[in-house]
Amino acid sequence: MNEIKPTKTIGVPTPLVDGPEKVAGKAQYSADFMPSDCLIGRIFRSPVAHAEIIDVDISAAQALPGVKAVITGDETDEAYGILPIARFEYPLAREKVRYKGEPVACVAAIDVETAQKAIDLIKFKYKELPSYTTAQEAMAEGVVNIHDNRERNIEREVDYDLGEVDEGFEAADLIMEETFNCTEIAQAQMEPHAAIAEYDPTRDFMTVHASTQVPYYGHLMLAKILKMEESQIRMIKPFVGGGFGCRTECLNVELICALVARAAGGTVRIVVSREESFITHRGRPETDVEIKIGLTKDGMITAVDFKAIQRGGAYSGYGIVTILYAGGMMFGLYDLPAVRYKGFRVLTNTPPCGAMRGHGVTNVRYAFESLLDKMADELGIDTLEIRRKNLLQGPKYETLNEMFINSYGLPECLDWVEKASDWKKRKGKMGPYKGLGIACGHYPSGASKPVNWSGEPHATVHLKLDWDGSITLLTGAPEIGQGSTTMATQCAAEVLGVDMSRFQSLTSDSKFTPKDNGSYSSRVTYMVGNASIDAATNLKNILIEAAAKKLEVKPEDVECLGEVYRAGTQDEGLTFNEVVKEALVGTGTITAKGNFDTLPESWGTKKYRGGAISGSMAYAYAAQVVEVSIDPETFEITVEKVWAAQDVGKALNPLAVEGQIEGSVWMGMGQAISEGTEYVNGLGITNSMLDYKVPTIIESPPIEVGIIESVDPHGPFGAKEAGETSLVSFIPAFVSAVTDALGVRPLDLPVTPDRLMELVENSTSNKEAAE
Amino acid sequence: MSEKRNKTLLHCTVNGKERDDVVKDNLLLADYLREEIGLTGTKIGCDGGECGCCTVLIDGVPQHACLRLAATCQEAEIETIEALAEQNRLSALQRGFHEKLGTQCGFCTPGMIMAAEGMLRENPNPSEDEIRQGLAANLCRCTGYVKIIEAVQFAIDELGSKGKAA
Repeated sequence: MNEIKPTKTIGVPTPLVDGPEKVAGKAQYSADFMPSDCLIGRIFRSPVAHAEIIDVDISAAQALPGVKAVITGDETDEAYGILPIARFEYPLAREKVRYKGEPVACVAAIDVETAQKAIDLIKFKYKELPSYTTAQEAMAEGVVNIHDNRERNIEREVDYDLGEVDEGFEAADLIMEETFNCTEIAQAQMEPHAAIAEYDPTRDFMTVHASTQVPYYGHLMLAKILKMEESQIRMIKPFVGGGFGCRTECLNVELICALVARAAGGTVRIVVSREESFITHRGRPETDVEIKIGLTKDGMITAVDFKAIQRGGAYSGYGIVTILYAGGMMFGLYDLPAVRYKGFRVLTNTPPCGAMRGHGVTNVRYAFESLLDKMADELGIDTLEIRRKNLLQGPKYETLNEMFINSYGLPECLDWVEKASDWKKRKGKMGPYKGLGIACGHYPSGASKPVNWSGEPHATVHLKLDWDGSITLLTGAPEIGQGSTTMATQCAAEVLGVDMSRFQSLTSDSKFTPKDNGSYSSRVTYMVGNASIDAATNLKNILIEAAAKKLEVKPEDVECLGEVYRAGTQDEGLTFNEVVKEALVGTGTITAKGNFDTLPESWGTKKYRGGAISGSMAYAYAAQVVEVSIDPETFEITVEKVWAAQDVGKALNPLAVEGQIEGSVWMGMGQAISEGTEYVNGLGITNSMLDYKVPTIIESPPIEVGIIESVDPHGPFGAKEAGETSLVSFIPAFVSAVTDALGVRPLDLPVTPDRLMELVENSTSNKEAAE
Repeated sequence: MSEKRNKTLLHCTVNGKERDDVVKDNLLLADYLREEIGLTGTKIGCDGGECGCCTVLIDGVPQHACLRLAATCQEAEIETIEALAEQNRLSALQRGFHEKLGTQCGFCTPGMIMAAEGMLRENPNPSEDEIRQGLAANLCRCTGYVKIIEAVQFAIDELGSKGKAA
């Protein structure tokens, strides 16, 4: 008898289940749906950064032949926004415009030329108001408030301290402080935003396809602004060309599209330009971080005091969460005995920021790691060693803000990068204009408290099993290229012990798939993976019951080998299909359901307001070593090599985990070396893929990935976050390497050649002056 | 209603099929392929010539379909991502991008693969540096390019060993 074994899928490098469509050009993204009767939507945008709206005259546009609808802010008086406590944004501006490019009106016409002609006929009358591009300007005395009830444009002020901060600094042998500026970053995802809305006037029913990471939140907001029943809306997320947080909240694109489709009584497609995608924004806010650290002469941290000011843009978005993350995620990486935090989220007349990859954490972590690095140099302690000295102590990892930490692979990450980069032999001995640097980072695996508190589980997966022996995995989890559908399929296949080829999947279509909160904050693997395991376990139990009945044994005597269910090793057993046929007797098609919910212990601290933010079921950890060389004449920096270790708990799909880590490292590199948005009088001047400089393949380094598996006790097969942590650690590791190469430390991001040259020249002239 | 405008009778070959289409003179090749013929595998990621998502082969040479008017493709042989699979079997490059995870979100992928296809036809055995040069006009925001290079190298190996076998 051949040995029969359940098929293994977890831990096996697995190409994506939807890969063949992508490489064949068959994958359909929102802009690829073009029904023959489809109208073209175009958006009229504000030419000014801040103004009172006096009149939007659309009469000439409406009169143009071929125009089917023109709508303005009068179309809906319902506001939208991701956070229930901060919904002030209208799909089309009402009363005021608050940033240059804010949507004011929308046209639906028979073709793009007509639509554009109609846009040109719209007369916008306004009274300009003072506008503020920087947080400092917006917070100054006597400013005009951009929103009511936001005095001096402060969206949220956070102020707390945990532990004895002043005593901590008194106990320190070395105290240093520094101020860092981190430029605003855009996701620059490859697919510009797009939506297609199909309104059926006969049934008063709306179907929307949209490029989104959060179809469920979009569904909620569509119902709100359309004032329609949620049951009268179907929300579909087709293939999505990248997210990185640019679509982790409902965007005006899909809302405007639905509003104009209803006004036109038909189907409208809006595909925004690259420039409009930049204006829609939701990127990482410009952040100023002032930070002070106290160390003993042995390098132990005694206290941290820091302040973050984020330029949030014209609307709240995730802003309150971002400023709370910036504080809360100071904890959980190292053992910190005392911390004081002050955060300001500021409203400005620039496009609204959002929850970009490494949300809230990235810039503050950069500041902390950089200052720690500097202080280690000052004390003559190896920069890798100082991190080892301050590790959290297990087995129960306690933090002042009561994080729920049950797995902590940071020590192993440090060991891995130390060895892989040959740190001990090479650090400090690289020769002129070459350097090696190190830093760490961490990130949650999904927020433990949901945005909308509904009492539902965080994730639900359905597995439909039918007479043909095929299993359809139904999940609302938005596949955005990160491999979530592959991951969920792997989890179910592993539990059932069958090959993944038995599975098909259907994702993110509100008509068929269970609700899911969306692909953001690295929640999907942890939450949806666990729900998939739960669903497969329930399905397996049904199959075992059926096999037991057929084999006339007790269920506990049935052995499941994936494709064969048997009672004892001598039993020939039943094939999977035979068990399925038995299971369907009297019940028909089976849908097994699985859920996941977070544990209350992970819901964050109650010690300060907003303590739930940064509460997670698990945290991923990373250590990174970066090697750079610098051209002594041009100060052009080349990243020669990156060694990236990340504790992902368990690599469910090592191929996808590598892909996520490489992509994170690289995106961090963009922020570190070249990326950044710029505004002149509120006008974005970097709104193209040429002016907003993402690295090309030419300057992208080789990246060696070290997967560390700490096996989290609550994660799906032990897995945690894999797609954000390594972005966070790249930036400080890179700056540490530049410092090692030149002997001067850049503070502001990005570290461009011109900034670096100026820094070196200033440092040389200062030294000469001192001599 | 749109004004009357000049149109051209375009005679060209798209993915091996001869075509005669009346096209507006201001119609971009990218829009001709996507909207007139329904070949939506070719993607548009920017406002003109910045990202490479719309790369197709024109007479075997990779070009941005968003920078070319359809009417200027008279007698040209145009190939898009849809043409690469042979009898529904993915080409070596397509298999490389799938199996090595050279594609994540997939939006840059058709253009990236067409750029690589053009490069390999010109130079079947490029070095890593030459691969980088060959794909320098194509942006990807997901992969960090590590696995894109591996995907192309996978295809080079496959095509090389097939060549030897033949």
